[in-house]
Amino acid sequence: MVENTNNEKLINKGRRDFIKSSGYLMVGFNLFPIVSCVQGNQAETKNLNEEFPRPLDANQINAWLKIDEKGLVTVMTGKMELGQGIKTALQQIAAEELDVSMDNMRILIADTGITQDERYTAGSGSIEGSGGSIRNAAATARQLLLEMAAKKLEVNENQLSIKDGIVSDMNSTKTISYGALVQNQQIDGKTNEAVKKKDPAAYKIVGRPILREDIRNLVLGNEHFIHDLRLPEMVHARVLRPPVYKAKIKSIPETEVKSIPGVLSLIRDGNYIAVIADEEYAAVKALKVLKEKSVWEKHPLSLDDPNLKEAIFKSDEKEQVVDGEKQFAWASDAQFKTLEASYFRPYHMHGSIGPSCAIAMWKEDFLTIWSPSQGVYPLRRTVSDLLKIPEEKIRAIGVPGSGCYGHNGADDVSADAALLAIKFPGRPVRVQWMREDEHSWEPYGSAMGFTLKAQIDREKKVSFWQTKLWSDTHSTRPNGKAGHFIGARHLDQPFNFDAGGFSGGSYRNATPLYNFGGKQIISIPFVGPLRTSALRSLGAYANIFALESFMDELAYLAERDVVQFRLDQLEDPRARAVIEEVVEKSDFKSKSSNVGKGLAFSRYKKTAAYLAVVAEVKIDPVGKTFRCSKLTAVIDAGQVINSDGLKNQTEGGMIQSASWTLKEYVRFNAQGIKSTSWETYPIFRFEDVPKIEVLVLDRPQEKALGAGEAAQGPVAAAIANAIFDATKSRVRDLPITPDKIQWSR
Amino acid sequence: MPEIILEINGKEEKLDVDPKTPLLYALRGNLSLNAPKFGCGLGQCGTCMVLVNGSPQPSCLLTCESMSGKSIRTLEDLGNEEKMDPVQEAFFEKQAAQCGFCTNGMIICAKALLEQHSEPTTADITNALNRVLCRCGSHSRILDAVKYAVNLKRNQG
Repeated sequence: MVENTNNEKLINKGRRDFIKSSGYLMVGFNLFPIVSCVQGNQAETKNLNEEFPRPLDANQINAWLKIDEKGLVTVMTGKMELGQGIKTALQQIAAEELDVSMDNMRILIADTGITQDERYTAGSGSIEGSGGSIRNAAATARQLLLEMAAKKLEVNENQLSIKDGIVSDMNSTKTISYGALVQNQQIDGKTNEAVKKKDPAAYKIVGRPILREDIRNLVLGNEHFIHDLRLPEMVHARVLRPPVYKAKIKSIPETEVKSIPGVLSLIRDGNYIAVIADEEYAAVKALKVLKEKSVWEKHPLSLDDPNLKEAIFKSDEKEQVVDGEKQFAWASDAQFKTLEASYFRPYHMHGSIGPSCAIAMWKEDFLTIWSPSQGVYPLRRTVSDLLKIPEEKIRAIGVPGSGCYGHNGADDVSADAALLAIKFPGRPVRVQWMREDEHSWEPYGSAMGFTLKAQIDREKKVSFWQTKLWSDTHSTRPNGKAGHFIGARHLDQPFNFDAGGFSGGSYRNATPLYNFGGKQIISIPFVGPLRTSALRSLGAYANIFALESFMDELAYLAERDVVQFRLDQLEDPRARAVIEEVVEKSDFKSKSSNVGKGLAFSRYKKTAAYLAVVAEVKIDPVGKTFRCSKLTAVIDAGQVINSDGLKNQTEGGMIQSASWTLKEYVRFNAQGIKSTSWETYPIFRFEDVPKIEVLVLDRPQEKALGAGEAAQGPVAAAIANAIFDATKSRVRDLPITPDKIQWSR
Repeated sequence: MPEIILEINGKEEKLDVDPKTPLLYALRGNLSLNAPKFGCGLGQCGTCMVLVNGSPQPSCLLTCESMSGKSIRTLEDLGNEEKMDPVQEAFFEKQAAQCGFCTNGMIICAKALLEQHSEPTTADITNALNRVLCRCGSHSRILDAVKYAVNLKRNQG
């Protein structure tokens, strides 16, 4: 398995010489077919808009995979590699159905010139979506190859077997390879959904912990990220962001900036100001001067973070029943016990470690964008809206960025690059944000508020459950509307932001999976002061935090064991299995002093992976502090494609969620965002990280389920429940910090 | 511009840069190295780590002029595809990365630690890697990888 088709020769042989002679480096990237002719600067960049490729129709086998005369298979996915290991998993699926060894697999990712429009790489949907299409294409291709081999070898199809891309006659020594079968032609045909696929019981590649080859590149320090892409004649840009969202520019130190050596252009379009330089550090210096000496008319924010919670619960926007019963009445019978509690989650950052970066070039009436976006097609559509250039004249090529965990600055920086490429035509323009801009301008995960109320009957079961939740939007992805790019809002002819009314993310996982007498879920919009969009798991994180904390509260009210209280009201055998398994594995029932244990469970999106987790906290009642010492999770994601990849994603989700839960909130006041560095927005460091254990329940005969976001919500609730177990103090406001615990209890 | 001569990865490199340029920009811009990455420019995240006379330092805070006479090593110099450093090998074998933006900082800090301590404790490792941030939550794997590297190094003698 090699990372990209285009780099196999260049990677090992004479790499350094190549860099020296050409002065730039393009190998190792998903630039096919541009890179295949890498030599002189001119030849290469010119090739971008000549022979501009287009993907085939999605119902063609060749739209998803190609086999060359050497038998090498190239998979093409519209999904993006975000560090989740999707490249490896999708190659495993194709290799399995085709009976090809992983050594002969290649993959190309998101590129509007090559791959299908698979919208966003989000919502833990790549295995179910792209994986399904690739499996169909591979199984259909295998069937065609089998038919071709039968004809060539003049034998009956059912006496043939396939191993490692070689078709063999079981009754003779006759063999033929895939490469020899296809020769220089592509297998031509439509994918057939009904084609017979392998029985999962016979899988040899799917399910195995195949190593991600891209990690080899990372440990060697090879080029991998958009940040490492160096195009010929490339220039470097930095954008001056306002000190607060809607500030307007009054003056900039134009003469001083233009006199900085290396500065090629100072661009001003309304409140959108950028500098372009021949070297990166010159652009950095220019931006520093711009930041220090520009004068703005500020536009204060309406709130500050200490008053956020109160403001959320006061939102008087229209209530909407989004699930459950429209009408009901609380029981007045004294036999019923009633409980009500409110929970709160602040704004959280994606907090990518590498600031957003993209490159664009406007040349010969054609725009190419190299972008770490989660959706190259929606990006292209939105850039088309922004620049009024037809989509056919734009190519968006996906290149991995720093982990994004949702909609971070990746699309915004791509729009920056596109805007600046138009204003500085003919050369590739590379834009990278500074740390402060990343922290201040990324769209945060929305703050949320919850009021939960339930009644318990004589059977110690929930007779009725009501959730009221307040939230700003969880999706402002571009989706064709240029006003969703922050840069577009600052132009002289600004695009307006229209949130679009999507509220589905707010109540994701708000409905308990438990069998209660009745349920009602009410969603209330809150239009907050900060920019928000999709952060890993959207509203599910806080919904599950509130729901599973409240389940514990109800279990205590019912005087029932927290495990049994859940199992008593849960029918789904797979849900029960993850809970029972984690209780056993974590030794949940054993007690020791100053140690608390908490359990939480969810099935992500009600349709994706099941996950139950036990958190262990160690408290120091004298020092009035605590530490989360261990997290144990059991996950059922149906059929497992890559067991190590699934574990890696789950472990990562657990640690990230623990960091959100224990440390993080965005600080802001009227003057703007105050969390502008890792000092003012601390996240987990090594010293904070608990011991992590993940057990995977493999169900090979079941459908593969999205797993990348399954841990986010349960971890938060499990920690809160563990704190309660140890201290008898219930913390309902995130983050859970020692000062919020009532230590006297 | 004055020319600065620095020893980088065992070679003398002549750099035509403003002497105040942070080392990171010279490594990436002038020498086309990829491993040290810009993360914050404030020395808070550790993605830009390099070894300066064997000690891990954030290259975003070091000016080029302050580096003359010192030996600078980047991740690229630790090993290659044919022969990886045990720390690199361990990170690959243990798949101790997700997005991998922090990998450079983690390996550089682990390498420096292992040069100092052949048998580091978990606390030593945590301490050595604490200045490097990882957002994907690969910490537990990274910890395992460093422990595995200790074994690999021991076995290689």
